[in-house]
Amino acid sequence: MIRFDNVSKRYPGGYEALSGLNFHLPRGQMAFLTGHSGAGKSTLLKLIALIERANQGQIHIDGVNLARVGRRGIPYLRRKIGITFQSHKLLFDRTVFDNVALPLVISGYGTAEIGRRVRAALDKVGLLGKERAYPITLSGGEQQRVGIARAVVNKPTLLLADEPTGNHDPELSREIMQLFAQFNQVGVTVLVASHDLDLISQMPHPILRLKQGRLIETGGIPET
Amino acid sequence: MKRPQRTTRAPQPPQGPGATRRQHLALNQWLRSYGRLHAQVFISSLGRLYRNPFSSLLTTAVIAIALALPSGLLVILDNLQRLNTTWDGSSSISLFMRQTTSDAQTDRLANELKSWPRIAAVHIIHRDQALEEFRELSGFGEALNALEENPLPGVLVVKPGNPDETEALLDDLGRLPEVELAQIDLQWVRRFGTLMDICRRGILVVGALLAIAVLLIVGNTIRLDIQNRRDEIEVSKLIGGTDAFIRRPFLYIGLWYGLLGALLAWILVSLGFLLIDAPARQLATLYDSSFLLAGLSWQGIGILLLTGIGLGLAGSWLAVGRHLDDIEPT
Repeated sequence: MIRFDNVSKRYPGGYEALSGLNFHLPRGQMAFLTGHSGAGKSTLLKLIALIERANQGQIHIDGVNLARVGRRGIPYLRRKIGITFQSHKLLFDRTVFDNVALPLVISGYGTAEIGRRVRAALDKVGLLGKERAYPITLSGGEQQRVGIARAVVNKPTLLLADEPTGNHDPELSREIMQLFAQFNQVGVTVLVASHDLDLISQMPHPILRLKQGRLIETGGIPET
Repeated sequence: MKRPQRTTRAPQPPQGPGATRRQHLALNQWLRSYGRLHAQVFISSLGRLYRNPFSSLLTTAVIAIALALPSGLLVILDNLQRLNTTWDGSSSISLFMRQTTSDAQTDRLANELKSWPRIAAVHIIHRDQALEEFRELSGFGEALNALEENPLPGVLVVKPGNPDETEALLDDLGRLPEVELAQIDLQWVRRFGTLMDICRRGILVVGALLAIAVLLIVGNTIRLDIQNRRDEIEVSKLIGGTDAFIRRPFLYIGLWYGLLGALLAWILVSLGFLLIDAPARQLATLYDSSFLLAGLSWQGIGILLLTGIGLGLAGSWLAVGRHLDDIEPT
């Protein structure tokens, strides 16, 4: 599903965020991505979602070579990927329902279908009662779960999460990780970037470890 | 555009007899969701204006005034020009004979003048004829019957051969002994017409400048709107919004501004017309004229609305093209 071949990313100014990455995350697999801050976790996720482009090497997502995806093709690639962000990136001028509905609106679904799918997604993250609430009235953990609902509402084949547990307390963090594991159980490929080693080492999923832009451990994920 | 329930894989080549029908269905579905996106933005962009009534009204009012000014001036000009066309455009010289000049003398003078190369035609109005005409036109029939002798002089209406030499001809004709007064009737009509042409061009220039102003007003408003909605644009791009999807609400807002501005301009022009209409009728009555002030024609209203919509769309298109690409998720 995600395939990196000798991928390097250098930012303007010469800072090498990632160098010579090789790995292949198979379809339906869930894995963690860890490392100190600045090790390149976010950059790796950004390369997958084409927020940044690699300077070297090849990335294939669901069989598509990202180097071949032009500017106009980016939106359609992103619709196949659900992403949650550390900063949530919710829109505070609209309700929880409208936030979660946005990917469906973009894809042009009808009102009835949107209502059905949004409620299903909110139900999965345990926020069904909050659909009319505004994000500002929610706790950090609830906002994170709204972000997750938005990421999965379009039934993506790949789910990316950047530090989903953030600074939440351990119990809340475990709940959120369990949520991702549940999506993985229904066949979604999941890649979660997290520095919370205590938590992720308790879970039965492989861990990719980055150090200064290099992959130093793949936890059983095949290298290419 | 992603079709519901289907992934965005490259389209398969048609297979079997059902393939064409499936493609047809897919196209239908695509059109439906496309129409839905437009309808949704059409309404939601209006809702956005409604939620910020003060600033929306301000922008709309500025656009309306900018559109109303040239439209109103053009309406006034059209009325003046309509007034003008009721007269003959070419000037001729009227020679009023002295009271002592007889009809025979008038005829002789007419024959002499006809031989002048500078004169194209001479039309004779005898004294009786003039009285008869005056009786018919003025409605003073009974009063004229009471007069013992005809007070009106004979008149020769001279058509100059070359309009440019009319002034010189006027001087020469005025010096003839039989002539009491030589007068150009319609010179001022031509001057008036030329003045109208100048005014029309002036209004077009002002209109063009104001059109640019509308473009800039809409453009600037949309630019601010884009800046205010930076987060929304960024998130939309992150979750797969196409450029067209992100552009659309701003273009519709531009369209609404233009349309609402034009409608308000129509109202302003109509109000101005109502204010002038009553005094204009009075003036027409005083001149015993059946002249009626004409407001904006349906065609004019159509042009006004289309101009508003066009300027609104163009203004927002400029702003969107310039500022939307700057916002990329990081």
